[in-house]
Amino acid sequence: MFDTIAAISTAVGEAGIGIVRLSGKDAIKIANNIFRGINNKTLLDAENRKMVYGHIIDNRNDEIIDEVLIVSMKEPHTYTRENVVEIYCHGGIIPVRKILELLLYNGARLAEPGEFTKRAFLNGRLDLSQAEAVIDIIKAKTDKSFQVSMDQLEGGLSKKVEVIRDTVLSMLAHVEVTIDFPEDDIEEVTYEELEENANRVISEIKKLLSTADRGKILRDGINTVILGKPNVGKSSLMNALLRENRAIVTDIPGTTRDIIEEHLNIDGIPLRIIDTAGIRETEDLVERIGVDRAKETIESADLIIAVFDISTDLTEEDYNIIDLIKGRKALVLLNKTDLPKKYSEDRLRELLEGVDIISASVINEVGLDVLEDSIKEMFYSGEIELDSSVVVTNLRHKNQLEKALVNMESALNDIRAQVPLDCIEVDLRDCWENLGEILGETIGEDILDKIFAEFCIGK
Amino acid sequence: MGEIRHFDAGEYDVIVVGAGHAGVEAALAASRMGMQTLILTMSLDSIVALSCNPNIGGTGKGHLVREIDALGGEMALNIDRAFIQSRMLNTSKGPAVHSLRVQADKKIYHIEMKKILENEPNLRLLQAEVVDVLLDDNKVMGVTTRTGAVYKGKAVILATGTYLKGRVYMGEINYPSGPDGMFPSNLLSDSLKDKGFNLKRMKTGTPARVHRDSIDFSVMEIQPGDEEVVPFSFMNIDKDLNREQVPCYLTYTTESMHDIIRKNLKRAPMYSGEIHGVGPRYCPSIEDKVVRFSDRDKHQVFIEPEGLSTKEMYVQGVSTSLPLEVQEEMYKKIEGLENVEIMRPAYAIEYDSIDATLLKRTLEHREISNLFFAGQINGSSGYEEAAAQGLIAGINAALNIQGREPFILDRSEAYIGVLIDDLVTKETNEPYRMMTSRAEYRLTLRQDNADLRLTKKGYELGLVTEERYQKTLKKERTVNEELERLKKVKINPTSENNRILEEMGTNPLKTQISMYELIKRPELDYDKTIILDPERPELHKEIKRQVEIQIKYEGYIKKQMIQVEQFKKLENRKLEPDRDYSLIKGLSNEAVQKLNAIKPESVGQASRISGVSPSDINVLLIHLEQERRKDSNK
Repeated sequence: MFDTIAAISTAVGEAGIGIVRLSGKDAIKIANNIFRGINNKTLLDAENRKMVYGHIIDNRNDEIIDEVLIVSMKEPHTYTRENVVEIYCHGGIIPVRKILELLLYNGARLAEPGEFTKRAFLNGRLDLSQAEAVIDIIKAKTDKSFQVSMDQLEGGLSKKVEVIRDTVLSMLAHVEVTIDFPEDDIEEVTYEELEENANRVISEIKKLLSTADRGKILRDGINTVILGKPNVGKSSLMNALLRENRAIVTDIPGTTRDIIEEHLNIDGIPLRIIDTAGIRETEDLVERIGVDRAKETIESADLIIAVFDISTDLTEEDYNIIDLIKGRKALVLLNKTDLPKKYSEDRLRELLEGVDIISASVINEVGLDVLEDSIKEMFYSGEIELDSSVVVTNLRHKNQLEKALVNMESALNDIRAQVPLDCIEVDLRDCWENLGEILGETIGEDILDKIFAEFCIGK
Repeated sequence: MGEIRHFDAGEYDVIVVGAGHAGVEAALAASRMGMQTLILTMSLDSIVALSCNPNIGGTGKGHLVREIDALGGEMALNIDRAFIQSRMLNTSKGPAVHSLRVQADKKIYHIEMKKILENEPNLRLLQAEVVDVLLDDNKVMGVTTRTGAVYKGKAVILATGTYLKGRVYMGEINYPSGPDGMFPSNLLSDSLKDKGFNLKRMKTGTPARVHRDSIDFSVMEIQPGDEEVVPFSFMNIDKDLNREQVPCYLTYTTESMHDIIRKNLKRAPMYSGEIHGVGPRYCPSIEDKVVRFSDRDKHQVFIEPEGLSTKEMYVQGVSTSLPLEVQEEMYKKIEGLENVEIMRPAYAIEYDSIDATLLKRTLEHREISNLFFAGQINGSSGYEEAAAQGLIAGINAALNIQGREPFILDRSEAYIGVLIDDLVTKETNEPYRMMTSRAEYRLTLRQDNADLRLTKKGYELGLVTEERYQKTLKKERTVNEELERLKKVKINPTSENNRILEEMGTNPLKTQISMYELIKRPELDYDKTIILDPERPELHKEIKRQVEIQIKYEGYIKKQMIQVEQFKKLENRKLEPDRDYSLIKGLSNEAVQKLNAIKPESVGQASRISGVSPSDINVLLIHLEQERRKDSNK
């Protein structure tokens, strides 16, 4: 019997319905962990091969993820001849992805390309004559996923992962050389050094993961955040920009509570406007997600467009925003200049020294061209750049990064407890291998190469 | 020179060529398993010659010695007879990497091992140079010696060390020679080549031996042995092996020495390109160190005695292929060696080895039945690595002849398994040395539990004595009983108990806890907690240690056991040796080529071959399933 695997079974992003599928001994148990049926029914009560209605719940915080139909099929009469669960959720990338992530968190493993088919065959479900077809599927899927994976790595992600992995490798090499060459004239590794490196690795992985969490999913663009208090005109601005620039693809509606992304193109400059649903609901980002998360979002933005309303007094929220954007690449849109002013432009200029302030009336389409020109100017002058490098688009990568994080955190615990080096090494090696899988590198003599390259060994 | 006249000189079950560390273990294992065994050596005076460093054990290597011992081999027992200094290394690190390393008296080591061979009932020890291996249709038949004697054998084990086409290099001078002034073995190498063996050149080197009286020890750091000697052999655990130990000394090279080396670099054959063999990176020559780590103004030099009955001292860390005149000059620049008198010069040696990927994990040749290879001829380095292979080759030669199942240790069972799997799976391009970092399951493959891991297996083979077997069973039983007892001993959160705990620097109890759980606390250990455990039995320190390790590292060990289970799954999917991988559609070209060259014994082994990708492994699994069903349909 194999372990339990999970994957998204529908093409991502297009279909109206998404399907996430699980196969393996614990499939039903794992799915049940995150399922709450109508009238609190569990999946274990459900009849075999019968659709059940309910919700997917994040069992870490009890948050509802999506409403779904779910069906469990007991072995052996299934596609893979193992226990299989299929979850039918809303289409679009967010729900399937979230559900898959939850399943992985609950103990499933992300399926290899073609693995369901492979299991179907190995468990005797498919006919012998189909063996070659199975091989073709696996190979095609492996090659494709490798290609996709490589394409996504083209940017700076692979470099970032490599840099992190190199730190882990240095830690490993230093631990191993300390263990294997106790009498050589080398500096033994210290717990302080390990702790420092572990912390660095953890924070770097977290940084990469945060890019994944913000939902950088489709193609890359200049990460743009529109900030402003409620009713300041954010959604009008967004709509106006989209209308004017004939937005290419657009929102990924996920569930109502998820992150929204809009892609648009200003004279060839790709912009990805990210925000939470706040824009649509004319809610305030800062208020909705809290100052800390807003800061995080802003931290990683390439460009901030802060919108202020000159027809109402500056509020505390406005001052918060002013604080948040200080020292960052930002443009200020002073909206509603067609209405009576409650404060002077100069007042804002004083508060935001050095930031371009554009007077506008979005509703009358005044000032939008100036805004676009300013964006173009910033781009062409190199002030803002396309940060395509740190986009973790692939869930597989994210999954590996998460595993690497868990392993390094476990190592850090042991380092702090000054557990013997040979025990710490186990987690370090796992972390290193997790990162290696993102890069598709095989594990070979790297550690030894590193040892011999960096340490003068040989009594 | 007249034509050699061949004559029948006798018949044996197992013939071992070479009486170094590999050959001796092979011959002893075979004869102890009831085989009539012949061991041939070019010189009876070089049996288990320690022709390089005068020590045995160390990280990884010490583990191998313990495993050899647990299986009924001789190395540990012999070094326990011959050591003149003993140290446990890495004691500040975890128990899995504690490593015993001792200094040997080379003469005693040789003499004691020779005695063992001489007194072994089924073994004949003979001085002769083997020049040919007799084959008949992919089956080994015996060997021929230089004098024309033909010895027929059901199995032959080649353990030729660094003798095959050995060539010694010292500066511009080089000449055919075995190690340490011995004869090389040229004819055997030629005959192997004639039979189609691909031989490759390997290189190693050794430093000079110098006269003790010419050394100024006062400027050096003395390195004494441990006060408490830990025996290598499990059979000696209860015995007191304490004896007077001799110290080693630590000193350093100097910048002026490095200048001399740099000035003469072009005279080193390694740098002039004359040596083609690949040297080991973990054992670099001094010229290598000076060039590669040019920022270092000094390197360590250890002065180690070669034995009690000699004034020769080994200069660890200064192996070189520079000419003798440069050696004389540069050795004098080592601190304390200003007046040094060299007794044996340093040299580099090149020799032939085979491609070990031609071997099964029994160390039998894949295509020539009953022909085995062990030791440096397989591309390894080190006495311990050689001995481990010799043992496995000897065991499997005997098993083959007895018609029994082969004996293979896998990577999760022993360092020996890691060593052999690496040798036969990965193409080595430098002499292979054991290191603990090569073992994936290091936490479970400890030197302290080698007997618990392997002695039962050795007993089933017929190699382990009843006495040793009973000893191990008793150890296992005592450890388990104590572990069970500790689980039952409950400590209550009484004020008295909590006072004691706080005195020991650990948190007081809130609820009842077992002694077993209490020992897990980092600040506590087995001995410290005795105060709360009045019923505790009096146990041997090795037992106490074992109990403590098993408790303290339970979590890590469990984690490793899960990995081992995963590992075993692919390891148990066997592949036939005659499979033609070019017939499997869907494998990459590189995979086909590598799989056909190495012919792995399992899918697990296949997955460790460089160039075989995970998708190739998937294709392989599907293909195997396809075949299985075709077979069952028949």
